[in-house]
Amino acid sequence: MTATQERPDTAAAKEIGRDRRRKEDQRLITGRSRWTDNITLPGMLHLAMVRSPFAHATITGIDVTEAQAAPNVVAVLTGKDLGESQGACINAWAITTDQVTPAHVPMPSDRVAFAGETVAVVVARSAAAARDAAELVDVEYDELPAALDLKEAAAADAEHGVLAHPDLGTNRSALWTFDSAEAGTGGDADQAIARARAEGIVIEREYRQQRLIPAFMEPRSTVVDPTGEQITMWSATQIPHILRFALAASTGVPESKIRVIAPDVGGGFGGKLQQTPEEMITFAVARRLGKPVKYTETRSESLMTAHHGRDQWQRLTLAAEKDGTVTGLKVELIADLGAYVSLIGGGVPVLGAFMYNAIYKFPAYHFSCQTVLTNKTWTDAYRGAGRPEATYAIERLMDELAAEVGVDPFVVREKNWITKEEFPFTTVAGLEYDTGDYESATREAKDRFGYDELRAEQRRRREAGDRVQLGIGVSTFTEMCGLAPSRVLGSLNYGAGGWEHASVRMLATGTVEVTTGASAHGQGHETAFSQIVADRLGVAFEDVEILHGDTSIASKGLDTYGSRSLVVGGEALVRAADKVIEKAKPIAAHLLEASVDDIEFSAGRFGVRGTDQGLAMAEIAMAAFAAHNLPDGIEPSLDSDATYDPVNFNYPHGTHLCAMEVDTETGGVLMRKYTCVDDVGTVINPMIVEGQVHGGLAQGIAQALWEEAVYDDSGTLVSGSFVDYLLPTSADTISFDVSHRSTASTTNTLGTKGVGEAGTIASTPAVVNAVVDAIRHLGIDDIQMPCTPERVWRAIHDVAGGGGTDTEGAAAPHFDASTGMQGTVDRTDGADR
Amino acid sequence: MIPTPFEYVAPTTLDEALAALAEHGDEAKVIAGGQSLLPVLRMRLNAPEVVVDLGGIPALRGIRDDGDAIVIGAMTTHHDVHHDPLVHEHAALLAKAEEHLADAQVRHRGTFGGALAHADPAGDLGAPVLALGAEFVVAGPSGSRTVAGSDFFVGLFETAIAEGELLVEVRVPKHTGWGAHYEKFVRVAHQWPIVAVAVAVRTEGGTIAEARVGLTNMGSTPLRAHSVEEALAGRPVTEDAVREAAALAAEGTNPPSDLNGQADYRRHLAGVLTRRAVLAAAGA
Ligand SMILES: Cc1cc2nc3c(=O)[nH]c(=O)nc-3n(C[C@H](O)[C@H](O)[C@H](O)COP(=O)(O)OP(=O)(O)OC[C@H]3O[C@@H](n4cnc5c(N)ncnc54)[C@H](O)[C@@H]3O)c2cc1C
Repeated sequence: MTATQERPDTAAAKEIGRDRRRKEDQRLITGRSRWTDNITLPGMLHLAMVRSPFAHATITGIDVTEAQAAPNVVAVLTGKDLGESQGACINAWAITTDQVTPAHVPMPSDRVAFAGETVAVVVARSAAAARDAAELVDVEYDELPAALDLKEAAAADAEHGVLAHPDLGTNRSALWTFDSAEAGTGGDADQAIARARAEGIVIEREYRQQRLIPAFMEPRSTVVDPTGEQITMWSATQIPHILRFALAASTGVPESKIRVIAPDVGGGFGGKLQQTPEEMITFAVARRLGKPVKYTETRSESLMTAHHGRDQWQRLTLAAEKDGTVTGLKVELIADLGAYVSLIGGGVPVLGAFMYNAIYKFPAYHFSCQTVLTNKTWTDAYRGAGRPEATYAIERLMDELAAEVGVDPFVVREKNWITKEEFPFTTVAGLEYDTGDYESATREAKDRFGYDELRAEQRRRREAGDRVQLGIGVSTFTEMCGLAPSRVLGSLNYGAGGWEHASVRMLATGTVEVTTGASAHGQGHETAFSQIVADRLGVAFEDVEILHGDTSIASKGLDTYGSRSLVVGGEALVRAADKVIEKAKPIAAHLLEASVDDIEFSAGRFGVRGTDQGLAMAEIAMAAFAAHNLPDGIEPSLDSDATYDPVNFNYPHGTHLCAMEVDTETGGVLMRKYTCVDDVGTVINPMIVEGQVHGGLAQGIAQALWEEAVYDDSGTLVSGSFVDYLLPTSADTISFDVSHRSTASTTNTLGTKGVGEAGTIASTPAVVNAVVDAIRHLGIDDIQMPCTPERVWRAIHDVAGGGGTDTEGAAAPHFDASTGMQGTVDRTDGADR
Repeated sequence: MIPTPFEYVAPTTLDEALAALAEHGDEAKVIAGGQSLLPVLRMRLNAPEVVVDLGGIPALRGIRDDGDAIVIGAMTTHHDVHHDPLVHEHAALLAKAEEHLADAQVRHRGTFGGALAHADPAGDLGAPVLALGAEFVVAGPSGSRTVAGSDFFVGLFETAIAEGELLVEVRVPKHTGWGAHYEKFVRVAHQWPIVAVAVAVRTEGGTIAEARVGLTNMGSTPLRAHSVEEALAGRPVTEDAVREAAALAAEGTNPPSDLNGQADYRRHLAGVLTRRAVLAAAGA
C-alpha cells in the first residue's frame, strides 16, 4: 500500500484561521443531501395530525369512523388508543424544587391546552391520503376560557381569572431568584435603589420581549422504523443524543434499543432543541403498528406548534449616581411558558439571569423571574435563549441612563464597564469573565462606523427639523456561551451535564474519521472541525471526515445549542487528537529505534530529536494497522476519544453600532449603517464566523423591526403564515460592516469563544436604541418591539398632541396606550429632556 | 400542505376553456399563474373538483397596440408587463406597479389577469388599472362583454366575472407622455402593500393639467380618489399645493384594520403617500 506516500505534503499548511469554503455546502446546495423527509423505507406509512382549533377545550367525543373508511387509511388513533404507550414530553429543567409542571401527554384524550394540539393521528399509505382523511375525523369540543394574556395569567388564581390548567390551581409555574447580597457577590439592590431615589437617578422601565417563532428553513420531520432489533428514529432535530435519552426515559423502551439519527438538518435556531409531541406520537404509532412511519409537518403546522421563543415582560429598575455610575440593578420578569413546560423552557430566562449586569461593574443586583402557563404554544430556546433578553434590557437602560444624565451613550458605558486591566473579573452575578477588551473593540467600531460624523449629521438634521431623522444606537454586549460546566448546570437543577464527546480514528491509509457529539444543523461543523483536526494531526484537510448526528456512530454527545459546539466540542476534539498523538509516539519510537522521550511531533511528523529521521502520521497509522512490528504491550490502535467538561463559560463580547433613519411622517424606519466589532477569541474559519454574525444580525434586527407572533382574543395564532409573520430577506437588510478581534479565551486550549448567537444577542438593542435616539428629542423614550411604522407613528403622533407634526416642547408620555409601555423616569434632578 | 384531489384540464383555445367551465360549473376553478390559487388550494381554503389551466392558450398572452388603447392579454406575466415597451410608453404606471409586485419568481409565474381576477384589495394592480380607466373584456358561453373598471371590482376577492366566464384581456387607454408613480408602503420588501397609491399626471409647464389617482388597500376593493384628482387639476406642482389636495385621499374610504395597521393609520398614510406619489409622478 503506497497510497499514503503519494499524498501531497499539506501538513505544513496551517488550517486554523483559513477561509475554507464549507465542505458540506457542495452537498447541501446541489441537493445531494438527505433530509428526514427524503427518507423512504419499504412499506412506510404516513401520518397526518388532527389538531385542535381551540386554545382550551374539553374533548367530548372523537368519531373516526368516516376517516377510518377512507381510501388507503390504515388506522386512525386517538389519545385514548395510544394511552400510556405514548410516553410523555419531559421537562429536563425544573428551575425550582416546587415548580408547577403540568403533565404533558403528547396526544391528550381529555383536554387540549393550546390551538394546534394534536387530538388524533391518521395513518395512511400516502401523505395525501392521510391528509384527506384527517379532515374526516370529527372531534367534538366544549370550549373552555383560555388564559392568553401573560400579565393576566400571572395574576390569576383559582378564584379570579382564567387558568391554563384548571386542575393546577395556578398559572404560576416557578419563581426563580438571584440576589447578590444573599449570594455574597455584591450589595443589596433595593438599598441602592432607595439611595438613588433620594440623591441620584432611578430609571424604571418595562420592556416587552415579544413572542418569536424560530422559523427554521426545514420543517420538522420524523421517520421511525421499528423493524429490527433497535427502533430507529430519523428526525430533523438538533439533539439526537438528548432525544434518545428522553425517548427512553419517557417510554420505558431501553436506551440501548433506540437509535436516533439526525441526518442533514435544515436549521434550528433552538427551535429543534426539543422532544416534540410529534416525535413521541410517531414513535408510538410505529411501535404499535410494527411498520415504518413518517410524519412531516406543513409550514402552517410548524409556525403554530413548533416551540416559540422569548415572550417576557421585563420590569427593570436601574439605580445610579448623578454622574451615571450605576449602583444597582433590579430585574423582575414574567415569562410565558405557553401551555406546557418544555424541555428547557423554564430555564431560558435563568440563562439570562447572569447577563443583565453585562460588561459592567454593578455593585448590587437582584433578579427574579416568574414563569407562567398560558393556553398558547409552548416556548423554549430561541437563538440566544435568555441572553438576548438580558442584553436588550441592559443596553436599552444604559441608553436611557445616558439620556437622563445628558451625555453620550458611551460615557455611561465607559464609566461602568470592566476595564481591560481588571480581567479576570468576578461579576455581581457570580461569573468569572476570563478575558475581554471592551475599549479597543469600541474604539475600532466607532472608527469604522464614523461615529462622530454621524452624530454631527444627526445634529444637523435635528436642527433643520428634517422629516427624516437620524438615530444612532449602541450595544456593547457580552454573553456567556459554551453550555456548560456540568457542575454549574447541576447547581441550577438542570437535568443533564454540559460536557461534549469526540473520537478520532486514524485509518490505515492515513485518513481520519472523527466523531463528534455536537450535531450540526447548518453551522459548518464539518469544515471547522476538519480544520482543527488537520492542524492538530498534521494531515490534509480533505483527509478528515467528520461524522455526527447518529447515536450509533457518534455514540456520546450533548448536541448543538448555546454556542457550545466549538468551545466545548472542539476542545473534546483537540483532546482526543492529542491522545492519538501520544498513542503514536511509542510506535514511532519503536520503528525509529529511538527513545520515546526523543520523539517530537510537529506538522504531522514524528521526528527524532537532533536527527533528520522521522515518520509521518500516515506511516504510523499503517504500522498500527498491520501490527507486525509494535512495541510490547502497545495495542494495535490509533483510535482515541475524549469527553470534555468545561470549567467555565466563555465570554465573547463586542461593540455594535447602528444608524437608523426614521420617517417622522409615516413612522417608517430604515437602516442606514450597521457596524460591529466582535471579540470571539481565536477564529478557526473567518468566513464561517462572518456568516454566523451576518445571520445572527439579521435575526436580531428582525426581532427589533419585523417579527412577532400574534394571537387573537380566542387564542388563534394570527401570524400563522409568512404573509403575516414577517421574516426579512436579503432585500430588507443592508450590507453589514462586520469585523472581529481576537482576545484568546483562557477557558479552552484553542482560545475560542462562541459566535453562534452573538449577532442575535447584540443587534436587537442596537437597532431599537437607534430608533429611539432618532425621535428622543420629540419626547419619546421607547417603542415596543417590533418597531413597526404604525407604533413609531403613534408614538410621534401621541406626543404631538394627536395631530400634525408640531412637536415642539412635547413632554415624555407617562403611559403610552399604543405601546402599553410605562414610560416613567424618576426625575430627581428635575431634568426635562 | 397537500390540496384535495382534483381533475386537471388543459385547454388550448378559449372556446375549449369556456366549454370546460360550462361543463363543470361551480366545481371548476381556473388556474393562471397559480401564485394566488395554489396557496389557497394547499391550505384547503378551496377544494375544486376540476382545475382548468389557461397556460396553454396562446391567444390570452401578449400585449398589443389598439389605437387609443393598449390591450393586455390576461395570461401575460407580471414580468412581461413590467418590461413591455408599449406599457412603458403608454401606461407607465402599470410598469411602476409591477416593479414592486411580489418578487422576481412570482413575477415570472403570476399573470396580469390572474392578479386582477383574484381581486385582493391589497393587490398592486387594481389601483393603477382603475386610475388609468381600463376596461375588462370578459368572455362567457354567450360571447364576450366589456366591463368598465368602476364595475369590475365588486368586493373583497370578488369581481364582475360571473360563473362560467373568463377574463380575456384588459384595455388600457393610452396615457402617452403622462408622468407616473406607484408609492407602495411596506415593512418588508416581499409584502403586499399596507397602503399604496397609484398616480398618473399630465403636467403643463409647472401645473397639473390632469391627474388620475388610485388607492390600494383602503377598502374592500381598489379605489379611485376622484376628489383628489379634481382638487389637483390646475394646481402648481409644489409641495404645499399638492399637500392640500392629497389630504383628501382618505375621504370616503373604509380601510381595514389588521396586523400592519389600524384604519386611522392607513387613512393618515393615504394622505402622505398620495402627496409623495403625485410629486414623484410630476417629476418634482
Ligand atoms: C410570495 C408572493 C408574494 C406576492 N406578493 C404580491 C404583492 O406584493 N402584490 C400583489 O399584487 N400580488 C402579490 N402576489 C400575488 C401575485 O400577484 C399573483 O400572481 C396574482 O395575485 C395571481 O395571479 P396568477 O396568475 O398567479 O393567478 P392564479 O393564482 O392562478 O389565480 C388567481 C385567481 O384568479 C382566478 N383567475 C385567474 N385567471 C383568470 C381569468 N383569466 N379569468 C377568470 N379568473 C381567473 C383564479 O381562478 C383564481 O381564483 C404575491 C404572490 C406570492 C406567491
